[in-house]
Amino acid sequence: MTSKRTLLGSAACLGLAAGLSTAALAEQITVATVNNGDMIRMQELSSQWEEETGNTIEWVVLEENTLRQRVTQDVATKGGQFDVMTIGTYEVPIWGKQGWLVPIEGMPDGYDAEDILPSIAEGLTVDGTLYAAPFYGESSMIMYRKDLMEEAGMEMPEKPTWADVTKAAEAMTDAENGIYGICLRGKPGWGENTAFLTAMSNSFGARWFDMEWTPQFDSPEWQETFTTYLDLMNNYGPPGAAANGFNENLSLFQQGKCGMWIDATVAASFVTNPDDSQVADSVGFALAPNKEGVEKRANWLWAWSLGIPAGTDAEDVAKEFVAWATSKDYTALVAEKEGWANVPPGTRTSLYENQEYKDAAPFAEMTLQSIELADPKNPSVQEVPYTGVQFVAIPEFQGIGTAVGQAFSAALAGQTSAEEALAQAQSLTQREMERAGYPK
Amino acid sequence: MARAITPGRKAVNTAIGAGIGILIFFPILWTFLTSFKSEATAIADPPVWFFFDWTFENYGAVQERSNYFRHFWNSVIISVGSTVLGLLIAVPAAWAMAFVPGKQTKNVLMWMLSTKMLPPVGVLVPLYLIFRDWGLLDTRTGLVIVLMLINLPIIIWMLYTYFKEIPGEILEAARMDGAGLQSEIIYVLTPMAVPGIASTLLLNIILAWNEAFWTLNLTASNAAPLTAFIASYSSPEGLFYAKLSAASTMAIAPILIMGWFSQKQLVRGLTFGAVK
Repeated sequence: MTSKRTLLGSAACLGLAAGLSTAALAEQITVATVNNGDMIRMQELSSQWEEETGNTIEWVVLEENTLRQRVTQDVATKGGQFDVMTIGTYEVPIWGKQGWLVPIEGMPDGYDAEDILPSIAEGLTVDGTLYAAPFYGESSMIMYRKDLMEEAGMEMPEKPTWADVTKAAEAMTDAENGIYGICLRGKPGWGENTAFLTAMSNSFGARWFDMEWTPQFDSPEWQETFTTYLDLMNNYGPPGAAANGFNENLSLFQQGKCGMWIDATVAASFVTNPDDSQVADSVGFALAPNKEGVEKRANWLWAWSLGIPAGTDAEDVAKEFVAWATSKDYTALVAEKEGWANVPPGTRTSLYENQEYKDAAPFAEMTLQSIELADPKNPSVQEVPYTGVQFVAIPEFQGIGTAVGQAFSAALAGQTSAEEALAQAQSLTQREMERAGYPK
Repeated sequence: MARAITPGRKAVNTAIGAGIGILIFFPILWTFLTSFKSEATAIADPPVWFFFDWTFENYGAVQERSNYFRHFWNSVIISVGSTVLGLLIAVPAAWAMAFVPGKQTKNVLMWMLSTKMLPPVGVLVPLYLIFRDWGLLDTRTGLVIVLMLINLPIIIWMLYTYFKEIPGEILEAARMDGAGLQSEIIYVLTPMAVPGIASTLLLNIILAWNEAFWTLNLTASNAAPLTAFIASYSSPEGLFYAKLSAASTMAIAPILIMGWFSQKQLVRGLTFGAVK
């Protein structure tokens, strides 16, 4: 009787122990991400990782700005709600410096961190340490209508200047038939028109701040940037452009209403997709323009990346997931299930050496060139105290950048002049920087 | 005495009324129509109205990607829970202010209202820290408490104005008949104020259902209500308007239907006491 009970007891203990050990092995992680096509695909394919490892994932998908606010608040207060966060090249340098992120080190064998494109890795590195693993990277480039250029008897140079772009815009504009030579961002926001104009200003040799953190909107370079932008948009842009952001321009371009569109390289896969785009067959690509003689071009650099907040209680599993989602094997998995054209672009050198990918994605070469040309540590030909091509990686930039964007957008809408907008940008930036205590 | 209205005038009034009604309803109608379009038709210019290939694929895609019912239940529990909890606190408070006002009653009422004047983001970080330390982040309990506190001033104000319309003499009569405080509130006051309480209840459920600041900021996955469900379909890089519309339609449908059926109570409650 007694021995039977002991036996039963130890069996129960064993069972309990077994239960505990599986519970300890299988963990649940919470991943916060944005609702972009590549992320949706990752969400769908992650069930494979769940099956392989026994771990489970809770997804929190939010709109970009909501997500940014949500994860910033959580990481700053150490709220511990997320184990993996989707962040960009703007957050990583700031958060890395604050010690809010777990360094991406000790990745499993075969991860091959050396394979990450150098300019992308540079944007995610603080003092020699990588703080987030890039999931997909993008730059910006010109997307143009080959058929309209042909009709106008013109050819787009592979490395056009702003003068070339102006000429092409003039030739393609046919406002009576609703075709506008050029579509650019006008919607206010640090990630909308300010991002575009900041990248554009680099190609005119301008910069946001000098080495003493004094804003430079009163410089002749910024003046030239902004008047060129306004002239292009007022003469050859679509009506109501002050409200157009990425999505609005994408919609216009897909319906054949834009001759050219300078925007994120990731748009290339949308505009060449015959299911959504009426002009899928006739899109050409060229490098973002520069002012003749200026070494930098108007292309930016962004990488949606996976970061692990310091203080997560599932660091190892989180790292395992990050390694899986940003590995070469993941790329191969997407290619197998959804085709090469749909793999997350812009993060690994090996992808651009893959002939199958190059065949499936006609924009691959131009994307790679644009990414390689961007240098987040030296965005302008002049010396700068900050990191970032289309932004300045300081915490104050979101607020300042959006306010400056509003001034720019008002000038595009015709409410103020170019001079007034630049003067306003100068004074408000100066004020905010003084308030924030720069130079630090 | 009713004023005489000519038939012509009546027709014009009806047309203006209908016009305003359609204008207000249009965004919802357009969202509903868009949810049955393909992504390409959704952005078509000129816009397509009714003659397109109606498809349910957006609803299928949304259902496949996210767990609608979990979000739905969270919304129901949070909005009903916070409203009922709010009413339990507000009925006695409004009773006290309406029937036994003190010197400071008006000031207290104004002070309560003033808490609504602070932008919520101003207290986000302190509240987030409290929630973190108390383990309330991403819990329905936490959200019920926060939404109750946020809507409490409105609930008390609404009930206060309804209670003010009820003659104090009736309550006095009840007291004369030997009713204690509890039975006075439960058996005399509450039945008379039912239309007012019902409309307060409905309005606050709607407010809590639509609340999108706290429900997004204090949740992650477990307690995320339908507001988080919609937010997950908005995308700055990619045109997913049809799917976003499908998600919106699914999120607003329950509250819209509830509003539809309780319209009478809502209108009656909101105009309660206007005519004597």
